[in-house]
Amino acid sequence: MSNENMVSRRGLFMKIGIFFDGLVAIALAWPVGRFLLSSVTHSRGKAYVSWVPLGHVSDFPEGETRLATFRNPYVMPTDGKTADTACWVRRIVGEQFQVFAVNCAHLGCPVRWFPQSGLFMCPCHGGAYYRDGSRASGPPERGLFEYPHKIENEWVTIQAGELPTPGLSAALIAGKLPCAG
Amino acid sequence: MRWVRQIGQWFDRRLQLAAPIREAAEHPIPRSTASWWYVFGTAALTVFLLQFVTGILLALTYVPSASESWSSLQALNHDVTLGWFIRAMHGWGSNFMVAIVLIHMVQVFLFGAYKFPRELTWIFGVFLLLLTFGMAFSGQVLRFDQDAYWGLGIGASIASRVPIAGPAIVSLMLGGPIIAGATLSRFFALHVFVIPGMLIGFVCLHVLMVLKLGANEWPMPGRPVKRATYVTEYHELTKNDGVPYTPYAIWKELFFAGFIVLAVAACALYFGPFGPTGRPDPTIIQTVPKPDYFFLWLYALLSLLPPSLETPALIVGPVLMIIGLLLLPFLSGEGEKSWRRRPIAVLTVLLIAITLSTFTHLAGYTPWSPHMNAWSGDPVPERFLHGATALQRQGALVFQAKQCRNCHSLGELGGQRGPALDSVAMRLTQDQLIRQVIQGGGNMPAYGKNLSPAETTALVAFLETLHPAGQAPAREAARDTVLRESGTHR
Repeated sequence: MSNENMVSRRGLFMKIGIFFDGLVAIALAWPVGRFLLSSVTHSRGKAYVSWVPLGHVSDFPEGETRLATFRNPYVMPTDGKTADTACWVRRIVGEQFQVFAVNCAHLGCPVRWFPQSGLFMCPCHGGAYYRDGSRASGPPERGLFEYPHKIENEWVTIQAGELPTPGLSAALIAGKLPCAG
Repeated sequence: MRWVRQIGQWFDRRLQLAAPIREAAEHPIPRSTASWWYVFGTAALTVFLLQFVTGILLALTYVPSASESWSSLQALNHDVTLGWFIRAMHGWGSNFMVAIVLIHMVQVFLFGAYKFPRELTWIFGVFLLLLTFGMAFSGQVLRFDQDAYWGLGIGASIASRVPIAGPAIVSLMLGGPIIAGATLSRFFALHVFVIPGMLIGFVCLHVLMVLKLGANEWPMPGRPVKRATYVTEYHELTKNDGVPYTPYAIWKELFFAGFIVLAVAACALYFGPFGPTGRPDPTIIQTVPKPDYFFLWLYALLSLLPPSLETPALIVGPVLMIIGLLLLPFLSGEGEKSWRRRPIAVLTVLLIAITLSTFTHLAGYTPWSPHMNAWSGDPVPERFLHGATALQRQGALVFQAKQCRNCHSLGELGGQRGPALDSVAMRLTQDQLIRQVIQGGGNMPAYGKNLSPAETTALVAFLETLHPAGQAPAREAARDTVLRESGTHR
């Protein structure tokens, strides 16, 4: 016992105890970490992005831009109204459509459409976009986010399910190049 | 009264806390420290305790669910007895807490209290400041209304700009692909469990170090801190010119703490609770989201920065600021403590204070935001139409109908995003007006595709009348010369 280099029985047991507890902690860290990061890792893939019907083609007059709303395809029981989302639907002509997110490409505030001047304006920091979604002026560095869309049996359908943010735009059709004007 | 003492002794034989508490309460401090300038730390702690209590009271009614929270806040405001008052106390308490923590920090900075040996006290203080801001933001989210919803959208947009990890951070922050129930639940967990837990831990360490290392002495010019001698000097000071903390200093802190709580209550009584504003329904887009008071400066900064600088400023700026604050005690851990000998420190505080208050003031009236209803709501002042021709009046109509007014004011009414147009005819000639309207530029959209030639003609005819009486409108000198030489001078 007097020899400092000797490992005592209790000292060894303590070290084994610490090692054992470390193993337990690591074993538990795995499920805890996966639970915490579940919204990032998407263990079920990006299943929440799916095609959502917006309305019949005839609901959208040619040459006009209308607000449409849809229920997010991925809903949790406590979401309430927050799972409802708005978007701007522009029917150019015939079956040619553009569907824009309401979120400004600057910081996500809801843009409003002004048909008289043909501009989308953002109330927060004054971003403005032309009718085709391209950037007109203000702080946004790009045009409005566009949802991929298709016409199925006369229904306008968009691929949605994710909040469009400047860094997340890969899921959406790339916006128009900045500064078309 | 003997039995009270006996009960006390019974407990203390088991707890053995009386002696250390007495020691802490009566620890000697320099006489100069028993000052009205040294009351902000206790005040911050008091408001934190107040938030703790009012927060628990609110949790008795509040429901952290995206579908129910708004209604539960309405119930607190209108149905539960004095629910509005507790909400108001908690809301005003948060404003006071941010303000007092900042004042405390400025005082500590200007008094050089972060220098040796109190570096770690300062660093934990920086953590406490960040946690306080975390509480402020997460608390704003729990008031799950329109402002909170779109505020989260702004937070997500900022976070998404972080290189590579951006989208992952957004998903982690929102708890899912959109702002919804999971988002509110995780901000509830942050606001009620995680951040308060960390706050309690760091407050304990912060206060413990104040007790162990002693309160900073009043800084005297010409008495710099030296690592080798400071501790001895400080102990001599407390020995020769020291007083016990209780009651010499504590009575001022007690008075100030009481005064602050009264001030919070007075604001709560007079101004009432904050919101909630409209329902958190993302399909209602007729909204002008605005952050709470302490983040208004950021709101202003985000609209004034050039777009190319925005992402670096948003991502790198805060990191640099935090690193700077954490490194401060190591960069100037010794030397003069007194603000009288530290002009750069004083100027830095002044610069930051002026910058923040200017930005906050600007965010109060948001000159960069279009006034969404100006085109239909603000009348064209009569003097601009007096004696106008039919064409010019038509132009005034175009001016309103095409939402020009949303960004340009006339007679001080309308948006301030673009320049006021009261005297635009003195700045731009007819040709320049046409070009500006059709092609835009200088942060103005081009209207060429949305104005018929007749509308443009009428609009420019109206704009040309916008100059003060008796002052000539702008003319192109070359044009006059050309017209004179060709014999068609008008």
